[in-house]
Amino acid sequence: MNEWNNEIVVEIFPAMWQGFIVVLQVTLVAGLIAVLLGLLVAVGLRIGPPWLRRVLSAVFQFIRNTPLLVQVLFVWTATSYYINPEWSAFAVGSAVLGVHYASYTMESYRAGIEAIPVGQWEAATALSLPTHRVWGAIVLPQMLRRSAAAVANWIIAMFKEVPTLFVIGVLEMIAQAQKYQGQHYDGAVEGYTIAGILFLAASYPVAVAARRLENRLAKSNF
Amino acid sequence: MPSPTSNESIIRFDRVDKSFGDLKVLDGLSFDVDPGERVTLIGPSGSGKTTILRLLMTLEHVTPPKDPAADGGVIWVEGKPLSHMEKGGKLVVANERHLRQARKKIGMVFQSFNLFPNMRVLRNVTEAQVHTLGRSKDEAEAKARDLLELVGLSSKVDNYPSQLSGGQQQRVAIARALAMDPDILLLDEVTSALDPELVADVLGVLRDVADTTSITMLIVTHEMGFARDVSNRVMMFDRGQIVEEGAPDEIFSDPREARTQDFLRAVLAE
Repeated sequence: MNEWNNEIVVEIFPAMWQGFIVVLQVTLVAGLIAVLLGLLVAVGLRIGPPWLRRVLSAVFQFIRNTPLLVQVLFVWTATSYYINPEWSAFAVGSAVLGVHYASYTMESYRAGIEAIPVGQWEAATALSLPTHRVWGAIVLPQMLRRSAAAVANWIIAMFKEVPTLFVIGVLEMIAQAQKYQGQHYDGAVEGYTIAGILFLAASYPVAVAARRLENRLAKSNF
Repeated sequence: MPSPTSNESIIRFDRVDKSFGDLKVLDGLSFDVDPGERVTLIGPSGSGKTTILRLLMTLEHVTPPKDPAADGGVIWVEGKPLSHMEKGGKLVVANERHLRQARKKIGMVFQSFNLFPNMRVLRNVTEAQVHTLGRSKDEAEAKARDLLELVGLSSKVDNYPSQLSGGQQQRVAIARALAMDPDILLLDEVTSALDPELVADVLGVLRDVADTTSITMLIVTHEMGFARDVSNRVMMFDRGQIVEEGAPDEIFSDPREARTQDFLRAVLAE
């Protein structure tokens, strides 16, 4: 292994920064999918007809119990061969990552819904509130308060899994480091180190913010 | 389809059965309540009192009879079926749409208040007025402020429920139920979860409501003094059956049945 070289650090940094921006973009897109799809599935599991609940439960159990890497490679290959080879690795990778993590966020939402006391549902029934108000004004605000910190932690975990997408050619940081190394036969240590530092620099403040959010919600008046 | 009773009853239980699994809680229970009447249900735990209120609030559903026309098993409110609905000239088990409509005339105050913790006091009282009854926000707020004044909480409109004592929360819950202008108010052990020093305030508010309105009330309580003051009739339940019923003075001062005497002795000794 070559020795640490500061010149390489300076040279590789712009590409690594580019990769970091891609990581953030993937996190944003996949995070939105994970947050919204997880919520929809959790609600569907509560109010959907029995057949839908069985299907959702089986599908997301399957997703949760198979490796992300296998899912990424499978969906990328399947979409390239059978649907549209023009679809970008960024789009496919973000979608797979988002759906994969929706299978975890839905569990956090589900736990938040189940933690709502039965008396809340009964009061809503006694007042004949329409279903959209029961969910929009009573259940979701209370559930989100309980689930917000757990969902934020899943998004942080997902952020750290974005490098998985390098296997399908998403030019995130690991891919950039490997590209540099492939061209210069050097710079892998510097590249991976920069990647690690950037991941830490981005995820640590978010983790601290998530913990603060959790504490603040615990102390809030509702 | 007319109720099989005199038109005077606001509530009629006609041979109603209710089972939870193998446990039969109500077994062919029949009784009538007149409009404006205040009826207190007393009896030991598990005697079916709360189940009666929950059936009326449609939080539980009757165990369906095979043939409602012949076997009864139907709850009627204001001469119309509550637990059932008419379909093709027959009574069938009510669907959610029927229940939603039918229960609008019924309000309930729960033992554990069940205020919405994410809403301030004022919104707890306006939410259903706006979204169930279709009142304007201004109209709902005016009504809510009047009722919160009635229950002595006009200074708490901007508080969250968690910032109130149990007694204050229960008074908000009473205001929330009254805001819906119910014809029937169900009170399910509304003081059981309160510290003793907070009970008097809540009962005072309910006495005012009883004195100043003509709302029909069904009350489940262990507060015998309150039951005596506000009730027109007391029904003693045991194992899903009415053991004895009569005017409060009759039941509390001179109960005929040994089961009632035992129960009252036990409650009054507490």
